[in-house]
Amino acid sequence: MEVILAIIVGFMYAAGIYLILRRSLVKLIIGLIILGNGVNLLLFLLGGITKGHPPVIGESETFLAGVYADPLPQALILTAIIIIFGLQSFAMIFLQQEYVQGGVEDLDSIKEEEEEK
Amino acid sequence: MNDNLILLPIILQLALALVLLFFWSRTKWQRIGSIVGNAAFLLVSIVLFIKVQKEGILYTQAGNWDAPYGITFVADLFSASMLVITALSGLAVSIFAAGSMSRRRSLFVFFPIYHFLLMGISGSFVAGDLFNLYVWFELIIVASFGLITLGGGRRQLEGALKYVTLNLIASILFLTGIAFLYGLTGTLNMAHIAQKIPQIENEGLITVTALMFFIGLGIKTAVFPMYFWLPASYHTPLSAISAIFGGLLTKVGVYALFRVFSLFFLPDSFTATVITAVAALTLIMGAMGALIQKDVRKLFSWLIVCHIGFMIAGLGIYSSVALAGAIFYLFHDIIVKTNLFMISGLVHKLTGTFKLKKLGGLYTQYPKITFLIAIPLFSLVGIPPLSGFWPKLLLIQGGLEVQEYLIIGAIVLGSFVTLATIAKFWLEVIWKEYPGSDYPKHFIPFSELNWTQKAYYTLPIAILALVSLYFAFGVEFVVNIVNQIAYDLMNPEQYIRVILPDQ
Repeated sequence: MEVILAIIVGFMYAAGIYLILRRSLVKLIIGLIILGNGVNLLLFLLGGITKGHPPVIGESETFLAGVYADPLPQALILTAIIIIFGLQSFAMIFLQQEYVQGGVEDLDSIKEEEEEK
Repeated sequence: MNDNLILLPIILQLALALVLLFFWSRTKWQRIGSIVGNAAFLLVSIVLFIKVQKEGILYTQAGNWDAPYGITFVADLFSASMLVITALSGLAVSIFAAGSMSRRRSLFVFFPIYHFLLMGISGSFVAGDLFNLYVWFELIIVASFGLITLGGGRRQLEGALKYVTLNLIASILFLTGIAFLYGLTGTLNMAHIAQKIPQIENEGLITVTALMFFIGLGIKTAVFPMYFWLPASYHTPLSAISAIFGGLLTKVGVYALFRVFSLFFLPDSFTATVITAVAALTLIMGAMGALIQKDVRKLFSWLIVCHIGFMIAGLGIYSSVALAGAIFYLFHDIIVKTNLFMISGLVHKLTGTFKLKKLGGLYTQYPKITFLIAIPLFSLVGIPPLSGFWPKLLLIQGGLEVQEYLIIGAIVLGSFVTLATIAKFWLEVIWKEYPGSDYPKHFIPFSELNWTQKAYYTLPIAILALVSLYFAFGVEFVVNIVNQIAYDLMNPEQYIRVILPDQ
């Protein structure tokens, strides 16, 4: 399980960075989304994976005993998902404005305009 | 000492932002609220500072869950003094924004977003938990995204594109570093991490994690070779906004680097070499970039990059003298850089342009204002006894102690080029004859404003110039404070013992 997840995380980082390095604005935002999901998965993976032992205290017990899954990474991922989702929705609207106002679709065209000034 | 006062600056800024949202279209009340609120913020920060100075490190545990299980907020002398400096430049920018924001712009919710930004900045100074620090950083960048695109002209959007993309990538790398560290230590509390790190056998992995933090925070701090977004975006928004960005945003990254690299990633010979080399290259590249600029705000943006090098150099040398110098420089830099961008706004109001070529004749037309802006400019260059001189002296002294001659060379070169660029600015803007260009459309020049409006422009610059002068002439007090901070950073046992008393 860990090995598969590690490969997937590596693949998502690679794909995200590859897409960010492309020239198109749409690919930039898709790259950021994939990279953001990759980091969430990495948090999940590095928190340690424990199968079938939810961190729930039974009715007759007062504390968690034995093996149980670490609940903290879940909380972290939840927070990170919300934050990254918010940032990405801002970035999407922003890039759309960029396209509407500036007619920019190709990232290289921005640089050329600046050099003309 | 357990004390809930630490949370007051954060709650104050949150409340201000929310209350100001209700005054959506009543911009007059927004202005008054922002200035009064930031004055209160300054007062609270000073009270906190005095308390920390008297009683030592203060902390509070969210929800009364003891560390390392709860989220810890810590205010040591470093955090408390950063809060005071933040409050000072925050107040100045509030006043400046109240005068320079035209009604249409302030309707675009400038003040509420601005207070959310200050909330994020104050939060990151008192965070004692790594993930909490990340969340404050995100709050800062969300607010800064809002501010940098405010008004949204085409050039501004293009500048913001680079800013937004690079900051998103930086956050993701920072979070990756946090994930590695959680995997290694199983905790997020910074004091607890500091306890656990020496027990880890795999030192290579710690170095990798440390460098991941250095890259993630380094992009936000704008160090070589990750600074290109800064000069590409800081000259596009309104002057009040670039003032707060130039003064504070990169410095929060510097603060986090200092905290992280003094508490748990103690620089070994490899990371220290990397940091020192990066600092030297930042100094040189920033200085070279500043030399060829033709736009006032672009010139100042490159100077920000250059001067980040001074602080990172202190971290790279890592002796108590050098750290004290770097922290002193950090305080001085926040005040002076905020002031520089407000000066660029004032110069624009006086002449209607940011281009060095079209500027000129300030000395003959406005001798009093020239005198005022001379103080921060000379402080920046570090003419003794002004405030830029002392931290550089400490830095070079620290470098000589450990015989790091290369970094001393870079520091000297960096300050020399700063002198050259400021001399160029002085020559072009103050002494050169006014070429007499036309004002842009709908532009109300400074001379037609009434005296209250004039005060909105000059008062904040005067306030920060006074603070700079205090750093120069009250240097004994400041040096005592920064020596104390450097001592605390070099000896983090005290910090750890306060947060985790049982272990």
